[in-house]
Amino acid sequence: MKIEELLNHTGEWLRGTGPSAHIVMSSRIRLARNLAHATFTNKAGKKDLEGVFTSVEKAVAKISLFKGATLFRMGDLDQVDRQMLVERHLMSHEHASNPDGKGLLISGEEVISIMVNEEDHLRIQVMRSGLNLTEGWDMINAMDDALSKELEFAFMPAWGYLTACPTNTGTAMRGSVMMHLPALVMTKQINKVLAAISKLSFASRGFYGEGTQASGNFYQISNQVSLGHSEEDIIQNINGLIRQVIEQEEQARQALLVQNKPMLEDKICRSWGVLKTARIISSQEAIELFSMVRLGVDMGILKHVAHKAINEMFITIQPAHLQKVEGKKLNAFERDTKRAGVIRQKLGGNNV
Amino acid sequence: MQCDICNKKKATVHLTEIVDEQMSEMHLCEECARNKSAQMEQQFGLGDLLAGLSADVGKGPLKGDDKNALKCSGCGLIYEDFRKFGRLGCGQCYVSFKEHLSGLLRKIHGSNRHLGKTPFGVKPEVVTEKAASTGTALPAPEETVLIASDNIEDLKKQLHAAIAAEDFEKAAKLRDKIRKMEQK
Repeated sequence: MKIEELLNHTGEWLRGTGPSAHIVMSSRIRLARNLAHATFTNKAGKKDLEGVFTSVEKAVAKISLFKGATLFRMGDLDQVDRQMLVERHLMSHEHASNPDGKGLLISGEEVISIMVNEEDHLRIQVMRSGLNLTEGWDMINAMDDALSKELEFAFMPAWGYLTACPTNTGTAMRGSVMMHLPALVMTKQINKVLAAISKLSFASRGFYGEGTQASGNFYQISNQVSLGHSEEDIIQNINGLIRQVIEQEEQARQALLVQNKPMLEDKICRSWGVLKTARIISSQEAIELFSMVRLGVDMGILKHVAHKAINEMFITIQPAHLQKVEGKKLNAFERDTKRAGVIRQKLGGNNV
Repeated sequence: MQCDICNKKKATVHLTEIVDEQMSEMHLCEECARNKSAQMEQQFGLGDLLAGLSADVGKGPLKGDDKNALKCSGCGLIYEDFRKFGRLGCGQCYVSFKEHLSGLLRKIHGSNRHLGKTPFGVKPEVVTEKAASTGTALPAPEETVLIASDNIEDLKKQLHAAIAAEDFEKAAKLRDKIRKMEQK
């Protein structure tokens, strides 16, 4: 696979189907693993990192589950390519800087990705559309089993999988669910919900994970605790919590309809209008408006608009994607213009 | 809009800061934003947070000259550096700093017993901690648990006994077995 081929489609997890897809955009599970005999990446030299990369490369080649997947070396990719991979949620922001020994494995449909030599030697990730952690766990569990036949992982029976940061020790698993919660934001209940989530030792983050602010009313909710519970228990706990948040969001959506349907319709339709006609638009503004449009589709206010098309826009209007499509570097103003053009074309607003 | 710090470049990063419930907004160019984020990381680094958590479980020499410093026998990481930066250097660190980490893990996770999966080919009972870090499996010790019974009540009794004895590995196995049987 060449990196440019990614532009021809978007990740399978954006397809907008699966359980509770009207509120849950995607579910993600990641496992952290380290090789037993190598120093962790933060203490490793260039040679050590290369050694880890080679071991992973050999192991992956032997495993049939990774057939059709491509392992990229970060050093072979330029800054825009790397940024594009971050925008597609295939790797972390940190993974884009200092390419020494770093790699990224991507499966054909972008369901599976493995960061090599990030904070831990392996960060294995599975993304699914909708609320689907259980299916994600089954997949990642099988991959982890296959990998552990080829690679010896750092593990202690008492403390489980050993990770560079003790906050991940144990299962080294994080399950996170990307939720779209516009009605809880509009009815000003979101802070109450987020406070309850953190009291239950779950974390909520923005669209791009750690250290990012919520934008477009997207919240990523994940488990904090990784030791003292089995993987299945952790997933069950997340599912239980997410179902409650879904219920709250559904009630808030109903409340908005009952209280002031014309105002809600107006807000949604205006958003649609601006997106269809704007000539210059920042990613922040576009994301806020697309959030309203997504709500409109979910509530049946905007008809004949496909979920998938809207979900994809949250990714394809990001800076590196615009620059890849344009084939050259763009400054902030050029990006805002290009973005507006891409959106008009997608929404069929070019006849205006 | 110009960058609030350098006043030269165009602001493309918008930062909201909340200090003592006072919200302020900053508009920065990419370069100044990067510097600002490095500053913030130093101020609120995970290292400090972990150090704060582990401060009162510290036993043995943490500071002092190189000879006395608590050091990992695998990678040479000094415990003091872990407290500063919040990252361990290798699997052996978990053995070398076992006493300190045990309390820290409990504080972070509310538990310091792994109940999740084990790597392929590793049986929880037959690998000692030393073996895990060096990778060689030792022969099974005598007390290796066998869960032979197929009677649910019997298993539940064993489960309670295992919890009472704080043998959580055994308890986890029993729990999983009971759950499987109940599903049938």
